[in-house]
Amino acid sequence: MDILIFAETDDKGNFKKDAFEIASYAYEISSQTGGSVRAICFNSKNPEKLSDYGVKKIINSENDELKNFDAGIYSDCISDVFKSENCSILVLSSSSNSKYIGGILSVKIDAGYVTNIISIPVKDNNLVVVRNTFTNKAFETVEITKSNSILAVSKNSFGLKENPTKTEISDFNFNISERRNKVSSIEKTSNKVTIADADIVVSGGRGLKGPENWHLIENLAEVLGAATACSKPVSDLGWRPHSEHVGQTGKPVSSNLYIAIGISGAIQHLAGVNSSKVKVVINTDPDAPFFKAADYGIVGDAFDVVPNLIDKLKEFKSVND
Amino acid sequence: MKILVCISHVPDTTSKINFSENNTVFDKTGVQFVINPNDEFGLTRAIWFKEKNNAVVHVINVGLSDTESTLRKALAIGADKAIRINHNPKDGHSVAKYISNYISNNSYDLIIAGRESIDYNGGMVPGMISAFTDINFIDKCIDLNISGDSVEASREIEGGKENISTKLPLIIGGQKGLVEESDLRIPNMRGIMMARKKELEVVEVNEDYQSTNSKSFEKPLPKGEVTLISADEIDKLIDLLHKEAKAI
Ligand SMILES: Cc1cc2nc3c(=O)[nH]c(=O)nc-3n(C[C@H](O)[C@H](O)[C@H](O)COP(=O)(O)OP(=O)(O)OC[C@H]3O[C@@H](n4cnc5c(N)ncnc54)[C@H](O)[C@@H]3O)c2cc1C
Repeated sequence: MDILIFAETDDKGNFKKDAFEIASYAYEISSQTGGSVRAICFNSKNPEKLSDYGVKKIINSENDELKNFDAGIYSDCISDVFKSENCSILVLSSSSNSKYIGGILSVKIDAGYVTNIISIPVKDNNLVVVRNTFTNKAFETVEITKSNSILAVSKNSFGLKENPTKTEISDFNFNISERRNKVSSIEKTSNKVTIADADIVVSGGRGLKGPENWHLIENLAEVLGAATACSKPVSDLGWRPHSEHVGQTGKPVSSNLYIAIGISGAIQHLAGVNSSKVKVVINTDPDAPFFKAADYGIVGDAFDVVPNLIDKLKEFKSVND
Repeated sequence: MKILVCISHVPDTTSKINFSENNTVFDKTGVQFVINPNDEFGLTRAIWFKEKNNAVVHVINVGLSDTESTLRKALAIGADKAIRINHNPKDGHSVAKYISNYISNNSYDLIIAGRESIDYNGGMVPGMISAFTDINFIDKCIDLNISGDSVEASREIEGGKENISTKLPLIIGGQKGLVEESDLRIPNMRGIMMARKKELEVVEVNEDYQSTNSKSFEKPLPKGEVTLISADEIDKLIDLLHKEAKAI
């Protein structure tokens, strides 16, 4: 059972952290079921980095036509490699682009497709995996009844595990079709860390009273190298862009650390952020529901606590970085 | 322009999630069902095309008769016709295949699905439909404008958005941004009365397209108590985050 991973790179050609996580995950499957791990990537600057995580063969296509993501073209290329390498498992991350192509790929390679996976598959005739469902309110055990599988791994659910391996790097001659969707422009909101990529997310709610106070959230995020996020009413009120809205109807967050400031912890908010590893809440109201979901909590006024926290973190960073 | 909006019938966001029959099926007792929020943004955009461009709007669901209340709500909001594929769906693959078969027999210019449903969170149906029907596809679509068969749309990407030009026929995975929260409509009395008279086609199917099989569910263990830190002991919080949680 050979396994293919799609290792995503950023604009500069460096691997995203998710790429190493799914490589670690795929290696773990291969060590239990036999077979080896292959990777496909596009225009990676340093493809050999995947060898640290157990990838035996890396297909890195250096091709200008593959520079910008296109769901049709990327899924064609990945399915070509999957077939020519005789793989039976494709492992994807949970990034927006991987989610975009997952459904398309499942039809192209005729695979059973499961998303939000949090366990290594168990082989019992068919592959059986555990996934998050009902927006983190439950786990579901699912069996894949096709001979090919696509496993989309939930971010931060497996972590990075190094397994240095001898690697072969090659290219692949793709037949690249015409783009059906033409990208006319890309608007980046900022150069900051995105919620999807961030290890730490600092999030603000209605308790911050107004957009003029967001420097508290931004400064704290800056010290921590974190992404900024907000509750739904904050984006509905136009205090912050929609792209920062997290929760059941916004973006999911599964960071290592989530800091909620002036957020009550409504069920819809918690559903979307609960899979973060460590949660901290700062809120004036000791009965705010977030205290039931958090690991650490401070009952206090954000306008006092946050500036203090920023100062103390700067001291901590100057010693520990 | 003919538009098909895929509607998922999901538990209201405040629902308590429980399972029955030895933790193998979702327990619907006492649960309120609603139009999946991502689908509702898409439906509202479709109604906008109906009002501005005379589009015809159909809504479709794969489900048993209990989902008809949700389809009627979509009709009350303004859809012209509803279709229910009479089947209890077991995975995203079968939903996508039934809807694709319907599309192949009844051509549409635009198909709107939600990027993801809030119950099973599969996030796979729109992509699969695009592959089964071989039509253009934009996921996480946050803006959609159409003139003739030309489409100008935006897609949310990590850290920003991408502006895209494409052509009909098209399928999108939609979400908030297609319309704003304040644009969502609550059905009024007249809409509800009219919805009763609108066509609700029930399509019988025999084939089974399942590719995954749900075996059981489990609920997360209750969380431990929160560690409270006094507001004037910030150093202690930093220490705990560093040494105990290893998060900074
Ligand atoms: C269908 C549906 C979907 C939804 N989806 C989402 C979603 O995806 N994401 C989401 O976030 N919400 C969602 N909601 C909304 C949700 O129900 C809550 O209304 C929302 O999360 C509350 O946001 P908040 O915590 O910022 O505001 P509030 O509930 O108003 O809470 C503000 C908090 O700030 C505290 N506070 C006030 N002053 C201070 C201070 N000086 N210092 C510290 N703390 C202070 C207060 O004690 C309070 O706990 C959804 C609702 C519905 C109906």
